[in-house]
Amino acid sequence: MAKEPRPSASDRLGKPPVLAPGHTTSSVTDQISAVILRGTPRWWYFAFGFSFLLVLLLLQSLTKLFLEGTGIWGLNIPVGWGFAIINFVWWIGIGHAGTLISAILLLLRQEWRTSINRFAEAMTLFAVACAGLYPLIHVGRPWLAYWLLPYPNTMGMWPQFRSPLIWDVFAVSTYATVSLMFWYIGLIPDLATMRDRVENRWSKMVYGALAMGWRGSAHHWHNYETAYLLLAGLATPLVVSVHSVVSFDFAVGQTPGWHATIFPPYFVAGAIFAGFAMVLTLAIPLRAIFNLQDFITLRHIQNMGKVMLATGLIVAYGYMIEIFMAFYSGNQYEEFMILNRITGPYRNFWWALILCNILAPQMIWIKKVRVTPALMWIVAMFVNVGMWLERFVIVVTSLHRDFLPSSWGMYAGTKWDWATFIGTIGLFLSLLFLFVRFLPMISIFEMRTIVPKSDSEEASA
Amino acid sequence: MSADPTSRAEEPNGMTTDKGSRDAAVAADLVPRPERLDLAAVRERLDSAEGPEFWRTLEEVTGSEGFEEMLHREFPRQAAVWPAEGVDRRRFLQLAGASMALGGLTGCTIQPPESIVPYVDQPEQLVPGRPLFFASALTRGGLATGVLVESHMGRPTKIEGNPDHPASLGASDAIAQATILQLYDPDRSRVLRQLGRIRSWNAFLDDNRSGLQALAGLGEARIRILTETVTSPSTTAMIRRLLAAYPAARWHQYEPTGRHAARAGARAAFGEAVDTRYDLSKAEVVVALDADFLADGPGSLRHARDFMARRRVRHGTESMSRYYAVECVPTASASVADHRLALTPARLGRFAVALAAAVGVPGLSSPADLDERTRAFAEAVATDLREHRGAAVVIPGEQAAPDIHVLAHAINAALGAQGETALVTDPVEAEPIDQVASIGELARDMAAGEVDVLLVLGGNPVYDAPADLGFPEAMLKVSRKIRLGLYEDETSRYCEWHVPMAHELESWGDARSWDGTITLQQPLLEPLYDGKTATELLSVFLPEAGEVTQRQSVEDHWRAELGETGFETAWRRALHDGFLAGTALTARTVPLRAGAAREASTALLAAPTDTIELALRPDPTLLDGRWANNGWLQECPKPLTKLTWDNAALVAPALAERLGLATEDVARVTVGERSVEVPVWVLPGHPDGSVTLHLGHGRTFGGRVAQGVGVDVYPLFTSDAPRGASGVSIEPTGRTHRLASTQMHSNIEPETEQAEKRHLVRVGTLGEFREDPEFAHHKGHALPDVSLYPEYEYEGHAWGLAVDLSACTGCNACVVACQSENNIPVVGREQVLNGREMHWIRIDRYYQGDLDDPKVHHQPVMCMHCEQAPCEVVCPVAATVHSSEGLNDMVYNRCVGTRYCSNNCPYKVRRFNFLKYTDHETPVLKMMRNPDVTVRTRGVMEKCTYCVQRINHARIDAKREDRRIRDGEVVTACQQACPTGAIVFGDINDPESRVTKWKEEPLNYGLLDELNTRPRTTYLAKVKNPNPALEEA
Repeated sequence: MAKEPRPSASDRLGKPPVLAPGHTTSSVTDQISAVILRGTPRWWYFAFGFSFLLVLLLLQSLTKLFLEGTGIWGLNIPVGWGFAIINFVWWIGIGHAGTLISAILLLLRQEWRTSINRFAEAMTLFAVACAGLYPLIHVGRPWLAYWLLPYPNTMGMWPQFRSPLIWDVFAVSTYATVSLMFWYIGLIPDLATMRDRVENRWSKMVYGALAMGWRGSAHHWHNYETAYLLLAGLATPLVVSVHSVVSFDFAVGQTPGWHATIFPPYFVAGAIFAGFAMVLTLAIPLRAIFNLQDFITLRHIQNMGKVMLATGLIVAYGYMIEIFMAFYSGNQYEEFMILNRITGPYRNFWWALILCNILAPQMIWIKKVRVTPALMWIVAMFVNVGMWLERFVIVVTSLHRDFLPSSWGMYAGTKWDWATFIGTIGLFLSLLFLFVRFLPMISIFEMRTIVPKSDSEEASA
Repeated sequence: MSADPTSRAEEPNGMTTDKGSRDAAVAADLVPRPERLDLAAVRERLDSAEGPEFWRTLEEVTGSEGFEEMLHREFPRQAAVWPAEGVDRRRFLQLAGASMALGGLTGCTIQPPESIVPYVDQPEQLVPGRPLFFASALTRGGLATGVLVESHMGRPTKIEGNPDHPASLGASDAIAQATILQLYDPDRSRVLRQLGRIRSWNAFLDDNRSGLQALAGLGEARIRILTETVTSPSTTAMIRRLLAAYPAARWHQYEPTGRHAARAGARAAFGEAVDTRYDLSKAEVVVALDADFLADGPGSLRHARDFMARRRVRHGTESMSRYYAVECVPTASASVADHRLALTPARLGRFAVALAAAVGVPGLSSPADLDERTRAFAEAVATDLREHRGAAVVIPGEQAAPDIHVLAHAINAALGAQGETALVTDPVEAEPIDQVASIGELARDMAAGEVDVLLVLGGNPVYDAPADLGFPEAMLKVSRKIRLGLYEDETSRYCEWHVPMAHELESWGDARSWDGTITLQQPLLEPLYDGKTATELLSVFLPEAGEVTQRQSVEDHWRAELGETGFETAWRRALHDGFLAGTALTARTVPLRAGAAREASTALLAAPTDTIELALRPDPTLLDGRWANNGWLQECPKPLTKLTWDNAALVAPALAERLGLATEDVARVTVGERSVEVPVWVLPGHPDGSVTLHLGHGRTFGGRVAQGVGVDVYPLFTSDAPRGASGVSIEPTGRTHRLASTQMHSNIEPETEQAEKRHLVRVGTLGEFREDPEFAHHKGHALPDVSLYPEYEYEGHAWGLAVDLSACTGCNACVVACQSENNIPVVGREQVLNGREMHWIRIDRYYQGDLDDPKVHHQPVMCMHCEQAPCEVVCPVAATVHSSEGLNDMVYNRCVGTRYCSNNCPYKVRRFNFLKYTDHETPVLKMMRNPDVTVRTRGVMEKCTYCVQRINHARIDAKREDRRIRDGEVVTACQQACPTGAIVFGDINDPESRVTKWKEEPLNYGLLDELNTRPRTTYLAKVKNPNPALEEA
């Protein structure tokens, strides 16, 4: 089945199709569901096994953490936040692309989103799961983390609503809920398809239960479309709000390097930037492994590259404004903070960040790069690393030298910091492998809706 | 008052516990007794040398067969139940059922009942929850400082200075504060041992009395008593009685870093043993010759108070004394000096000669080869001194050469200071001898086999005797060696007998303070581990007397001294006050010995100045090593270096550059044949051409805290060069060693530059202040008090604190006082390296100016209790909140530990329990803690509370008496300890309070006031009084 799509009209115009020509509704269904129905390939066991080992590493580090305390990490007194917050923001950022693709692009009727929205949304969920872990475990007494929730209690205490961390609780939990709902509702018709297609009785029952009695009646479709659209409407502001709120964690503080009004838009752009990078990182190998080049075409890769380029430029603008404002404000603390970032002990991180987040994405201007999946994958990897570095630079270099030079310090992640981080990557991958194995990773029914169009495009040529 | 029983259960010998003895007793009851107990035999066995030390039952002691049998039978109680031929089914089931029932019952451990009953006769004044304060004394180098010890229900928990005592006036220092930890140190020696085996006191008495009396019978008992410096009249009397009883006995005194130079200097200058003490309340010009007189040494607390009283520049009192520091090692005191000159020891000698010559000491001429700066400095200082005849004083340091002492005495005499600012008195010590010679003599005699019995009372000569004496090897030649020590340390290992010493807070005693005042020690609790005092131990060897109790030995002495009439009243008064009033030594007029100054100057000028020199100093917190097992002092950042848990070779930046050394490089320092390998610390302001090493580290035995911390530099400490040497070589070893400093060291330049730009420490001169009293305000960017939000209103009190930067020497008294008051844990070297020290108050050290000769500023930083606190808004669970009196309260049980508050605190005064730092398990440490302060657990943020528990105590008192809390009623721990009185706390709503007055001063400014946090803690800018003659040069 491995075949590059044949050149079509849109291709000749420099625009690869969103679905390779020659597909019919049944071939779409066959090919996508085949990934699941075909049985478990041998490599899957190795891949899942490996990522599950990383999950065990996560469990080990969490056990150690709960037994001994956050002191097993590299945190200290000027640098009270480290890997946990860096990773939290990183994972939350990654999640954003999923919501953007499914909600905003849906509302904007960008039909190319169809073939990537399902796993982008799954990625969102898994990333949010990883992200959500960190605020819970990074506190000194994690067994009391639920005190951040507003609930009636015998202490007669509410949370302190002026704290951005409380806003975070709301933002992230809303985001996780809406993302889950959106993803699950989007899955229902496909779950029904799977129910109808699996042979195994147990699988049938599971898919059947999950499909919630979907029969594909017009009534069902009507309700479905309405609910989906409403949820898309609900999710849309979340794309902007979640990362804005996350940025408040910093912007509301008065630490130089955090206290900046540019933060909300710059964080949102950064999140979309990071999210598309991660979608590319996952989509490029997946389409090759599962022979999905017909569905995830070069058009998708190109489009995602363009979004990355655009948001990357916004991020670059953010960096520039930060530097500009430091000097324009005449605030000596800000000025010192920027110089310290660029020339201080963590300068390598800053320069690596510039390389990864500003210089590397410029390759996307070149068409040759855009249409070469391998190169795009490399660029996306740069951005993944760069966005992590960005959060490191914001969190650590701002804190390590703030107002009183007497309190300056240095920070470095310990092996447990790394183990926890790698462990969440393992969790993310494990969930992803389970997802591609048991759920249709491309929305079957939505793909079917674009089949005729794809055909007609060819016909018109 | 007795020891915590649980702590006894933890005896290190692994023998029985209380519970064990109960069980065994129960078991023994059930064994048929074949024989009657012979109590006489029991007593005999217990008293005999081989008797068991800890015994469970009387049978065990007699070694009765029944007991032995019971021990060796696996199930003594049920053993008889199983007949040899087996059990029938019925019986088996009965037993199985019974054991199940019994097993189940015993499974739910029922705690042994303990009665908690109120006193039948409530002791007078003892109110649960209210501490009592007892006057006592702590000695250092034999000299006493009066203290008040806070006692909660019989547990001493905190040490304060005794406000009535002349050597304290209410102040204390870091070491005095840390004494409370020493008292409860779980590593203290707990048992009497003979060659490592645990023995009883009676066994000790028998063995030694008989042994000694046998020798005394020969009339030739060659007893040697080695003590530390003794000023105690009762101990001295006891030693003299012993010396009289044994004609061949001798008394040696030795402390490695005592006042050797002062004794030798006085003898050389005056021809007799006299002491000189300095009255700084009259001094207009003070010159310190290598003296850390405000932070270390005899009378330093009093010096600090008197000296600073003349330096409080306020609106209206615009005058201050002038202080020149000339020193070989940067000291805390010199950070408040108006001028500082750093010279190597040999050059310092030359400077002293030049100064003496310029002042007009007859027969001296200034050395010709002095460099221009030193000459100009000496001349300017001399002019200033001469202009203030009678109100000027030169203070030589304890670690300065004896010849410098001679010149200082000569200068003081020439300036008419004697009798005014420099008071010459009879010696405070009982026998002011040359201690280095004394221990040398002892070592030689021991090596020659001329010592039969060696009594080592305190001290630790195996560790700290001069390295050339071969003291440990010589000790091996002595057959009977008895050691009285607080710890089982290096010396205990060389002794046959080790007797645990009673802590000063557990004993009766007396000692003279630096001015001679007789100061009394009374026990705050019964000795935790049956420790003995020196007098108690010595009394054992008196042929005539029986054992003398601690109390008797002191009381009887004073009864004899003061006379029987009215003794009871006088004694009770003295115990209440802590000292015998009016016993200070009076000043005498002692003429200078002719030619002394010339001899001294010849000797000083002969010292070569072209080699690298070594200055050996006691560690600022561990002293000669005796405090090495004290975690508070190990973790107390040393003034200037801010080093903890290590010592380092201090060198000047220029020397380090020449030698190719950097901070944390391990260097080999060699003097002659001897060498040590020490990590280097490049210290700005250190004289170029010398290296400083601190003694007291690298202990090999004597406690879990002390062992293996730092490097032992005693190998370079020899009897001919106890203060250092010249002709030293330093070479890199290529290795590095991380040093745990609480203030970053690798970035001195950006740190210094930024500190200056940010106007954190605002400094001006007296001239500037007179011209513009508001100078401190022009340096900052304070914002006007405008806000969109309503202000907090404080109807009652509003607490505030002010720190006078002019007065802060960075001596760390406040740091350790706070640690003691607020149950602050020790975190250890690794955690300090990670930047996780827990001190609630820290002393920031900033350099200003040139790297080779910078000005040093200290700034104590505690929680600012901001009016608009950045921490309060960001806490998600409202664990840090604004109180109705303006305190920024920390609610520990609400804290979940997000650390956001710390990130948002511009002053970084918050401390986080990253791990479980507090030792919740060791029973004896539980007794130490302040019951009024929550002991924090892991995962919780903490910080300075302005000693809220003290505020609440005062509030309760005030409410009961229906009045407001008076000014001065609430004294924070840092304020109370501060020797210079640099900290004042009070109600800023009270226009008459001291703190309000301070805050109204033009010098008052807020740290980082441009952030508009409006801190409640403010600072009075530092004012210096430089000599215009030197400023221009």
